[in-house]
Amino acid sequence: MKIVYVLLGLFIIINYGLLQAGVLRRITARVGKRIGVPFYQPYIDLIKNYAIRSQFSHGVMFYLGPVFRLSGGVGIFLFMPLIFGNEIFSNYSMAGDLILIMYFMFIGMLGMALGAGEGGHPYSIIGITRGLSQFTTVEVPFTLAVISIAIQYQTLSITEIVAAQQGGIMHWTLMTNPLATGAAMLSFLGMMMYAPFNVVNAPQENPLGPPTEFHGTFLGMLQTNRVILGVMEAILFMNLFFGGATNWGILFIKAFLIYFYPVFVGAVFPRYRIDQSIRWFLYLPTALGILAIIFI
Amino acid sequence: MKEIINNIQEKFKISEVTEQRENQYFISVEKKDTIQLVTYLKDIEKFTNFILLTAVDWIEKGQFQLTYMLNHPSKKLDIGVRTFIERENATMDSAHHLWEHVATFQRELKEMFGIDFPGSPRVDEPFLLEGWDNIPPMRRDFDTKKYSEETYFPRPGRSTNDPAEHMKKKLYPNE
Amino acid sequence: MAEEKNYKIIQPDNSEENKFLKPENYKREVTAPDGNTFIVDPLNDYFCDAKPQPHAPNTIKVVEKFLNWARSQSIWVLGFGTGCGSIEIYPLMTPRFDAYRFGVQQRPTPRQSNLMIISGYLSVKTLKRAIRSYEQMQSPKFVMALGSCTINGGMYWDSYNTINRLDHYMPVDVYVAGCMPRPEALLAGFMELKKRIREGKGEGANQYAENFDWYKANQKKIIKDWNMPDYNW
Repeated sequence: MKIVYVLLGLFIIINYGLLQAGVLRRITARVGKRIGVPFYQPYIDLIKNYAIRSQFSHGVMFYLGPVFRLSGGVGIFLFMPLIFGNEIFSNYSMAGDLILIMYFMFIGMLGMALGAGEGGHPYSIIGITRGLSQFTTVEVPFTLAVISIAIQYQTLSITEIVAAQQGGIMHWTLMTNPLATGAAMLSFLGMMMYAPFNVVNAPQENPLGPPTEFHGTFLGMLQTNRVILGVMEAILFMNLFFGGATNWGILFIKAFLIYFYPVFVGAVFPRYRIDQSIRWFLYLPTALGILAIIFI
Repeated sequence: MKEIINNIQEKFKISEVTEQRENQYFISVEKKDTIQLVTYLKDIEKFTNFILLTAVDWIEKGQFQLTYMLNHPSKKLDIGVRTFIERENATMDSAHHLWEHVATFQRELKEMFGIDFPGSPRVDEPFLLEGWDNIPPMRRDFDTKKYSEETYFPRPGRSTNDPAEHMKKKLYPNE
Repeated sequence: MAEEKNYKIIQPDNSEENKFLKPENYKREVTAPDGNTFIVDPLNDYFCDAKPQPHAPNTIKVVEKFLNWARSQSIWVLGFGTGCGSIEIYPLMTPRFDAYRFGVQQRPTPRQSNLMIISGYLSVKTLKRAIRSYEQMQSPKFVMALGSCTINGGMYWDSYNTINRLDHYMPVDVYVAGCMPRPEALLAGFMELKKRIREGKGEGANQYAENFDWYKANQKKIIKDWNMPDYNW
């Protein structure tokens, strides 16, 4: 019976993510004084990509790359409690903890590296090299923040961390451990890969990066994963730092605001080169993370 | 500028001097003196900026005319060195040792006019035309219209007007 | 120390076909570490050159109609600018014209694009690259040609190096006339293309696959320096 609820939750998350992506594209278009795409454009793109008639594969790993990526996104979803105190939408959070989720965040990238490598396009290899090096440095402040809150709450289970934050805004990690929240929110910018940290698939300079060779269904899977991964990372941060959610309404609002923050930063700031972004993550966010551990 | 021209005339056999503007002159020399003169202009008179090397097909005379355009950056002077070479088996001494980018112009001339510059780097590689097996297209005995009609599937129904005739008819229909 | 070569290049015969074959594409006889010798043909062995196959539309009418609607609403343009018209494509994405409204988006790689815009005259050298990009796009794919140069040669109709009619080299869905057409005309072209796709007439990829030999003969007639496999996707 659990699997039905999990699939229901996945269905809700995918639809919410697609709608949110469309709305956010419209918002960024408004920033540029354009009208922008219709809010249902991500749905159409997805349908069209799954309906591409001709497909080919460069090899086994090329085939498995998007599968790995998608399993990374779905893996995060499986072990994440969505609604606190709700048996139906807590997924398999009793079986996995924060470490497992951090592992799933990286495995997608690794699978993508194998797939893009077999694709053989030089741009995808440049892109994935940049992606891996940037993501490695993004993980540093995020891991420090996770260690900090693990010390603070004496647990790695997300459900228990959410439970400890119940009872008003003053109990949120945002208030009780602002240094860890700061480090993690700065690394969140790099995780979402909007500007200034979008050199991985910089569309002008390095056409599209890792997914250059992926088309049709492969691309559709990558798009699906992008939607799941984006929303799930926002929900992870909501659970860790912003008190979780007790119903779908609060979840949508909080996830939207957290997701909106890198988009907002990206609409304002220009792009970093890869060496600049790596250095940036190793200076301020890492320093904040270390302070968060010292002053816990 | 006058002074420079006098200097040149003392040292080289100049057949013709044309004053195009106050700061732009064209001088004509023999084929064998050309590279020597260009070297002199670059090293002694400091015309250090090479602008272009181009060719004109004088099919009636059976000759190509080459023009080396040089520029004096600080005094803002231009000088063109003209020379005639034979059209049959046209060859010319290469000037790529003076400026590197001359080699590119020479490569283009080799392709478009069939003028050979022995020793110039990459002169035999195709420049714009890949796989051209006809006579070089910028020679005047190459009929570009005929070639285009034979090769590129012209769409029927095209009509052209002579601009002068057409405008005369349109603007002054009664005359 | 010079590296010892483990292959021997086979000189091609002096036929018309091999006139412009580049040395790196010559066939070669390779000796493997185990002593066996075999022949490597770079043009056929390093690329897959199977002919394109026509892909039948979905047999269920309603589904095909729905998919065609989705295709018409999500047109991904390959950013391949030729000639002078590419400068007319960039304003499409600016607030003044804003082609995003109609689901038209630019895509930097041919693998993911559906629409190729040939934006102006094509020299023979560019045509080779354009064909290569077109063949790498996935079915269903559409071609839009801008300007009189692609229709009948335009002002370059008697040039020795620019083609006159694009539709002899790849199937064209929509021509936009003008020299050059303004972005408004391009938007009108997009509307026309959408109408065609929704009516199920956007089958250029199948047309290309069915008349493959005719297209290939036309292309090879003018691109003598071919040096690539016949069909490379």
